[in-house]
Amino acid sequence: MKHTLAVLVLNKPGVLARISGLLSRRVFNIESIAAGYTEEPDITRITIVVNGDDRELDQVVKQLSKLIDVIKIQELHSSESIERELALIKVKADPTRRSDIVDIVEIFRANIVDVNRETMVVELTGDEEKINALCAVLEDHGIVEMVRTGKIALCRGPGATKYYQEQ
Amino acid sequence: MKKSGAQILVDCLREQGVDTIFGYPGGAVLPIYDALYDADIRHILTRHEQGAAHAADGYARASGRPGVCLATSGPGATNLVTGIANAYMDSVPLVAFTGQVVTSQLGKDSFQEADITGITLPITKHNYLVKDVRDLARVIREAFHIATTGRPGPVLVDIPKDVSSAVIEYEDPGPVNLPGYRPVLEPSAEQLNRAAEAIARAERPVIYAGGGVVYSGAHRELRRFAELILAPVATTLMGLGGFPGDHPLALGMLGMHGSKYANYAVCECDLLIAVGVRFDDRVTGKLESFASQARIMHIDIDPAEIGKNVRVDIPLVGDVKRVLSALIERLKAKLPGAWQEKIQTWKKEYPITYEENGRLKPQQVIREIYRVTKGQARITTEVGQHQMWAAHYYTYTRPRTFISSGGLGTMGFGLPAAIGVQVACPGETVFDIAGDGSIQMNIQELATAVNYDLPVKVAILDNGYLGMVRQWQELFYNRRYSYSELVNPDFVKLAEAYGAEGIRVEKPADVRPALEQALATSKPVLIDFIIEREENVLPFVPPGESLDRMLG
Repeated sequence: MKHTLAVLVLNKPGVLARISGLLSRRVFNIESIAAGYTEEPDITRITIVVNGDDRELDQVVKQLSKLIDVIKIQELHSSESIERELALIKVKADPTRRSDIVDIVEIFRANIVDVNRETMVVELTGDEEKINALCAVLEDHGIVEMVRTGKIALCRGPGATKYYQEQ
Repeated sequence: MKKSGAQILVDCLREQGVDTIFGYPGGAVLPIYDALYDADIRHILTRHEQGAAHAADGYARASGRPGVCLATSGPGATNLVTGIANAYMDSVPLVAFTGQVVTSQLGKDSFQEADITGITLPITKHNYLVKDVRDLARVIREAFHIATTGRPGPVLVDIPKDVSSAVIEYEDPGPVNLPGYRPVLEPSAEQLNRAAEAIARAERPVIYAGGGVVYSGAHRELRRFAELILAPVATTLMGLGGFPGDHPLALGMLGMHGSKYANYAVCECDLLIAVGVRFDDRVTGKLESFASQARIMHIDIDPAEIGKNVRVDIPLVGDVKRVLSALIERLKAKLPGAWQEKIQTWKKEYPITYEENGRLKPQQVIREIYRVTKGQARITTEVGQHQMWAAHYYTYTRPRTFISSGGLGTMGFGLPAAIGVQVACPGETVFDIAGDGSIQMNIQELATAVNYDLPVKVAILDNGYLGMVRQWQELFYNRRYSYSELVNPDFVKLAEAYGAEGIRVEKPADVRPALEQALATSKPVLIDFIIEREENVLPFVPPGESLDRMLG
């Protein structure tokens, strides 16, 4: 079973190495990791997707919590949160096939962000299934290369995964 | 006031109450050694950086204060690695300082450069590379705070040479502020009530006590707790001394080389109260059958230990001493019954014993060490058969008197650790119980003991084998003794060459006089006991077997 964790960490050198090193040496089953800056300048937010039962999830959370630079961990349940990935897909598109691809892109509400004589680059934001579906269709035209981010997630409603420094 | 990085380091060490550091100089730490030259801190020069790390570890385990070691960059730093890993596995508060190449040369494969923060990432509680001298004081305060609080552990601080030599206008960084580090010390009242209820209901309780009891200083509370509920106490290797070994409720050690009565008690209990332990595989044997009739209560300061290896019915996260005190307040005294009787019967029926046959037996040597030291010595060990005999045949009644490499199982730990223990406990008798294999992994530290007049005694149980390897080869590999037989040096001459005293003992009758002679001198002494070659450590639960399936 997949679990999504929002992890707030201090922006210290090596913090990602600490996290990825811990996950690998404890042999946790990790699907994806995505990290980026937040509204607070000294805090990075990492979204980790863990594949495992409740006991494994419990260990991931507890072991990560032991890292000095980790300041908060929260599980985000998919029904109560927005989950997105971003994909850039370079697909073969000679002039005869361009309109087919444009149709597909419209159906998926994706964007074309680069065009040349031979290829197009399609940009799509969405959940994992949507991106998988687009890839499957574009496969027929020939995918030259592609890149996907790991999943990022945010809880719905006014609540937030935040850390407030206690005075 | 203007200060150099090295001066800041020395001042911070003094502020932390550090009286002794164990180290070895080299290029990248020259500025630090220059500051140490006239500092009010004792520096013990070991003969290998690994010795410095183990000595600091032994110092910490014996005293309860953080151990500090110092090494240069590159090979100096990597030589600390085994010592740091050892401290990490056994939760020892160790602060390791390493020199590093100048910041402009970092990442360039410079001379004596090693990425020691990268290397020690998985074996430290936390580590730092200090790139700006203005961060140094804050980092050192944090390092000591992290190493000594919560579940203790090693912290490494890597200091480039230009940082230790830079001079700045010093500003005090103020108290430690680590938003991501808040150890839980107080157990929840709700869980305490659940636990007290389970204890009151239990008919066959057993306490399984480990190093957490010793580190938390909870030995008195553990004793009161056990006496109150009349629960027998089995200890791990790390827990020896955390409960008096001569107490009627003591079961000695449990696990692979545990006593039969300890293992039977665990197999048949209906409530296992685990106190400051981590359910190591050497303790549990086959997990599926470990304490299979029992509810499991787990008291530990580290929340990540709860449920890591076994399912836990009643978790109690907090400092062991506080948890036990809070439980004692909630409990009523129990009366002895059939369970206590059964335990006593097992103890009579399956005593820890060995066959005397007129030849020199390792068990006899340890019994005699116990007698001549009146049970008051601090014992360190290396790793192997001798370590298990030292655990069984010396009775430990006080915490911090048995100092051994438990989790990592580091051969070569005992002698440098004994040096650290002797520094922490001057005037006390310190014995390193060693094997002829292990002792040679750090025997150079005899020079350190002689150099600093540290009268440590080394008892080598010499069977000319890597004994534990040989025992496994005998039992599981059809007596094919593949590379486990040793051709040894003359240990007596070796001791004398180092300036220590050397004694050889080959007959049972000579054991006691040799030990008395060793205790009578203020020099370091090495005694080479030529023991029965193929003596085995028993009882023995074969790896992966259930605890009640013991050989011997």
